[in-house]
Amino acid sequence: MSEAHLEAHATGHDYASQHDHHTPTGWRRWVLSTNHKDIGIMYLVFSIITGIIGGLLSGVMRLELQEPGIQIFHGLAAMVYGLDASTVSAVDAGKQMYNVFTTAHALIMVFFVVMPATMGGFANYFAPLMVGAPDTAFPRINNIAFWLLPAAFILLLMSLFFEGAGGVGGFGGGWTIYPPLSTTVGHPGPAMDFAILSLHVAGVSSILGAINLITTIFNMRAPGMTIHKMPLFAWSVLVTAFLLLLALPVLAGAITMLLTDRNFGTKFFSPEGGGDPILFQHLFWFFGHPEVYIMILPGFGIVSHIVATFSRKPVFGYMAMAYAMVAIGFVGFVVWAHHMYTTGLSLDVQRYFVAATMVIAVPTGVKIFSWIATMWGGSITFRIPMLWAIGFIFLFTVGGVTGVVLANAGADRALHDTYYVVAHFHYVLSLGAVFSIFAGWYYWYPKMFGYMYNEFLGKLHFWTMFVGVNLIFFPQHFLGLSGMPRRYIDYPDAFALWNRVSSIGYYVTFVAMIIFFYATWEASRKKRPAGDNPWGDGATTLEWTLSSPPPFHQFSTLPRIDSTNAH
Amino acid sequence: MTTIAPENTPNTAGKRNRRVGVMLAGMAAGMVGLAFASVPLYQLFCQVTGYGGTTQTADANPKGVIAREMKVLFDVNVESSLPWTVRPAAPITDKIGQVDTVNYVATNNSDKPITGQAIFNVVPEKAGVYFNKIECFCFTEQTLQPGETVDMPIVFFVDPDLDENHELNTIKEITLSYTFYASDSEGS
Repeated sequence: MSEAHLEAHATGHDYASQHDHHTPTGWRRWVLSTNHKDIGIMYLVFSIITGIIGGLLSGVMRLELQEPGIQIFHGLAAMVYGLDASTVSAVDAGKQMYNVFTTAHALIMVFFVVMPATMGGFANYFAPLMVGAPDTAFPRINNIAFWLLPAAFILLLMSLFFEGAGGVGGFGGGWTIYPPLSTTVGHPGPAMDFAILSLHVAGVSSILGAINLITTIFNMRAPGMTIHKMPLFAWSVLVTAFLLLLALPVLAGAITMLLTDRNFGTKFFSPEGGGDPILFQHLFWFFGHPEVYIMILPGFGIVSHIVATFSRKPVFGYMAMAYAMVAIGFVGFVVWAHHMYTTGLSLDVQRYFVAATMVIAVPTGVKIFSWIATMWGGSITFRIPMLWAIGFIFLFTVGGVTGVVLANAGADRALHDTYYVVAHFHYVLSLGAVFSIFAGWYYWYPKMFGYMYNEFLGKLHFWTMFVGVNLIFFPQHFLGLSGMPRRYIDYPDAFALWNRVSSIGYYVTFVAMIIFFYATWEASRKKRPAGDNPWGDGATTLEWTLSSPPPFHQFSTLPRIDSTNAH
Repeated sequence: MTTIAPENTPNTAGKRNRRVGVMLAGMAAGMVGLAFASVPLYQLFCQVTGYGGTTQTADANPKGVIAREMKVLFDVNVESSLPWTVRPAAPITDKIGQVDTVNYVATNNSDKPITGQAIFNVVPEKAGVYFNKIECFCFTEQTLQPGETVDMPIVFFVDPDLDENHELNTIKEITLSYTFYASDSEGS
């Protein structure tokens, strides 16, 4: 498969010749694409579409939570299921619908927004460019990996329209899909089976993508590009791909057991047959904890390049930065039970998981301080990508600090499943990972599309979003500390104030997203040429040596990296 | 003009890529295998360590009796599809190490013979490893005739080693809980 591709280069095209005679056009260019850049763009577009859906789901939840009592969902249930909105059954159906919304929001954001954007979009587009490869190692597998994802997403959407529990469509047991709520005891309808199959397909997609990226990075680096000269984004993709490769199969195994428990009478997680539901939690979090690093590590790579570019300095402590990511990857596999402090672990086991979890703060601290040291003494320009990168560092650090708080088994006993946890993981993901995605978007937009966006609109987007998301999630710390449990449709009046503030934050963020779409539309309409390298001397990685957008096939003459090249 | 190095010619590059790709796919398959291997390993781990309140079985108490007393409470739950009434034994307070016998009383309320099976665990879960059963109805399936009422005996003792576990210094009560299920063989 890759031979044909390489042959095309070996025959001696110059990368200035933009269009090979066999460059596909029209729908064939996209649907049958084996081109890593086109597939990367498709991943990004997919991620934007799913992001809109996932974001709207959370909007309905914030509308509901704006006031105590149930205002929205019983009406929604009445509309969807033809019930009388004033009856108890409509309210009950509404409650389950809220659970379904929570679950769908989480699954969509994790598997269909963040992962496709970072490991699908940016990794596919830029990891091969940065290591000087003409394409990925397995271009056709790359195509399959992408197209499995819309299929998985459709399965997940279908699950919303099949009965889950109590006559309500969809699975409402949270993204952690713990049994017995996820077995036929909790959700007898087929909705859960659709969700399981969706995760299977999404998992296969990610594993294929990971194999492709690892092979590309191992085998297809340009001459002279040793592993220790590789740009940090390529490093982050390599580490993340290994996490995917080792963690996702465990989830696949666990949900397969769940599927056979549901449909074929096995008893992996049913105590009456000698099984144990806690085993599922162990398997889930053995996947789930590396999963959160899968979502954030590519962001670390993106932010490293942006901070270096706009400080006009090479990144501080390159080796420490690279191996900090490796260390985070390793330690990420041995801390999973800190999600399970309340399941009756013995004190010694809790002590181990507290200590191991806190150890992660060390390599993470290395990264934070290295970013600050990169900026220190640099000639900083606050262009749009730099704003997002600094926003990322700030918000991720806030989320990291609450993570260290939650790592303590004693504190976690009180804070487990409260809004404090919700605030924590949204600070590292919804603010951290998403800010890194926007940072990458604004950094590479001129490279990917060849046009420059409006600087003012970009700044407006950043500041509106920064205010909005902090308004949503900072008050949730207070709610959690005063004991508000997560995943409930209603709450006592005592929590009304900060819930209202949080909902107002959502509306501000909503406006920010409209600004984002307007800015993107404006950029595509005004067509301001960006040039090969709009960022100047600070941007040293290989993608900036190519035209914007890069030619359909690049590096037919492989670049040579000599010892003086910066990272 | 091409600067592709000899080791990177299309054919050898394709071979190298395939080799790495197959190795990586093998790693993914291995992790799926590990996920399934975790099922028996986890069961073994629970039996050995008493993790999750898994109790122990023994033939007799070889370790003697100590002065510290322990109250043992008995609890029962019946799955909704099993038409049985089960009454738990009364709480019993005795010296740690003493072998005691208690009775659960089960009645079949239906007009059919029904086979049931009980599962159990101990709270606090850390005490599970010290809770030894010499004889228990839970070791086998029980079949009750229509309307029949039977005594279900448990012969147990608490291992005196419990006293040396500092995590259990403040424990004065252990609860043994049973949940009765209709056995799978029922109706077949």
